[in-house]
Amino acid sequence: MIMRDRFATVTSELLDNDPRVSLVLADISADRFAESQHQHPDRVINVGIREQALIGTAAGMAHSGLRPYAHSYAPFLVERPFEQLKLDLGHQDLGAVLVSIGASYDASDVGYTHHAPGDIALLDTLPEWTVHVPGHPDEVEAFLRAASQTDERVYVRLSENANATAHHRPDGGFQVLRQGTGPTVVAVGPMLDRVLAATAGLDVTVLYASTVRPFDGETLRFVLAEPAVVLVEPYLRGTSAPEVARALTDIPHRQLALGVPPHTARFYGRPRDHDAAYGLDVAGIRARITAFSPTDDHERYATHVTG
Amino acid sequence: MVLTTAPTTPHTPTYNDLPVLLSRMTGDEKHEPSATSTLDVLWVLYQRVLNVDPRNPEAADRDRFLLSKGHGPMAYYAVLAAHGFFPVEWLDEFGQPGSPLGHHPDGALIPGVEIASGSLGHGLPLGVGLALGLRANGNDARTIVLVGDAELDEGSNHEAIVVGAAYGLDALTVVVIDNDSSSLGWPGGIARRFATEGWATVDVNGRDHDALTRALTTHHSGRPTAVVAAVEPRK
Repeated sequence: MIMRDRFATVTSELLDNDPRVSLVLADISADRFAESQHQHPDRVINVGIREQALIGTAAGMAHSGLRPYAHSYAPFLVERPFEQLKLDLGHQDLGAVLVSIGASYDASDVGYTHHAPGDIALLDTLPEWTVHVPGHPDEVEAFLRAASQTDERVYVRLSENANATAHHRPDGGFQVLRQGTGPTVVAVGPMLDRVLAATAGLDVTVLYASTVRPFDGETLRFVLAEPAVVLVEPYLRGTSAPEVARALTDIPHRQLALGVPPHTARFYGRPRDHDAAYGLDVAGIRARITAFSPTDDHERYATHVTG
Repeated sequence: MVLTTAPTTPHTPTYNDLPVLLSRMTGDEKHEPSATSTLDVLWVLYQRVLNVDPRNPEAADRDRFLLSKGHGPMAYYAVLAAHGFFPVEWLDEFGQPGSPLGHHPDGALIPGVEIASGSLGHGLPLGVGLALGLRANGNDARTIVLVGDAELDEGSNHEAIVVGAAYGLDALTVVVIDNDSSSLGWPGGIARRFATEGWATVDVNGRDHDALTRALTTHHSGRPTAVVAAVEPRK
């Protein structure tokens, strides 16, 4: 809940201090903004359980010059009103800041209807979205504040999973956390701490990505030792695989994409139960990365890259 | 020195200019029903209702007109051209590669056009947000959205109808062109659907310029307005 708390605190403060900022809700989290709605009745709008109107209203507010934030669970913010994202925002060339909760399966106990592993893959079908996957409440705050200063289309994907420390780069680039001579592991947002644990003692490079669109292929190329990349994403597996391929178009490379499989199992339990089922816990990640690193080949690949 | 005359546009448009302008797009005097169903409402809006200026189409205080029913935009283009938003010569290239005038209008390409439409059911939710935003900014400009009766089949409209009324958006007006083209119809009438949620409503003859003017310029404090403009049923 801690990222969601920070979202409420920071957005309320933005509403107090920036007359351009507005907030559109569809009941979700409305209780957290009751005071803001009282203070700014013209700029804090709860449309009820109407997600098409949620996005349409936000887009209309942007048309008037406001900077709207819109919020709900990821499936109701991105999947249900997808055509509104495509047309009311994208085709009208209007901006908004979409802030989701629930991530891929934070609400595992309420079932698949509240899961959204495919949200970022869907946004990838649309041009010019900035996508943040913060791994820490401080990152949430930084992204929300920065977004208030632009008119871009921004998606901020909150999770109940968080890392112990914030590591984001303000410019959206990937942070180099560990350098080795083996594969480069790109850990996205809340996956970082378990990637660091899973790769302890392995000769790998670890990059931290909390802004995934645009994708910082430049840093990936810069740090690449062995031309082998492991993506560890907290959403649909392979979502960023085309970005890696694009960044390394001219380099023969191997790639392993870890993430949530396309079908989410018909079971409840806690998020950690789902992590284990999809191989996204520390043991599962370590096993996959170890199997991906044929030590015999290290030297051959290293030679190829350095020339 | 005394200025005796204000600058005027070279030609003050009249309703009788429209058939010729339409023909520049359609090639003859036959126009498809979706184009002509909106013609009189559009004419009245641009001639008598909207505060818009073709010389400054982005003015902050302009009224916002959202053509949500974008299909059959020839009447819209003819009215815009007649009022000088773009050269009438553009009409000759309607729908051609490179022309700004497509078979659905695009606000990014055409001066004076607020939105890109085509997919139905997007203009009214956008209009609700626009009216909310203008009010938050202390801007008195009106927001007027044109939809079709069949367009109201889309559920997104009904989300917006509730929100617009709940937030008392009295600067928001919806014009529904009713040519009876909704496949399943509106039992009890379209106006009743809006009135149930608290909108001020009026049923008018969509060809009666004076009645349209009255309906489109009557303010209802604290309530948005729905004007249902009936025209000949689509064959």
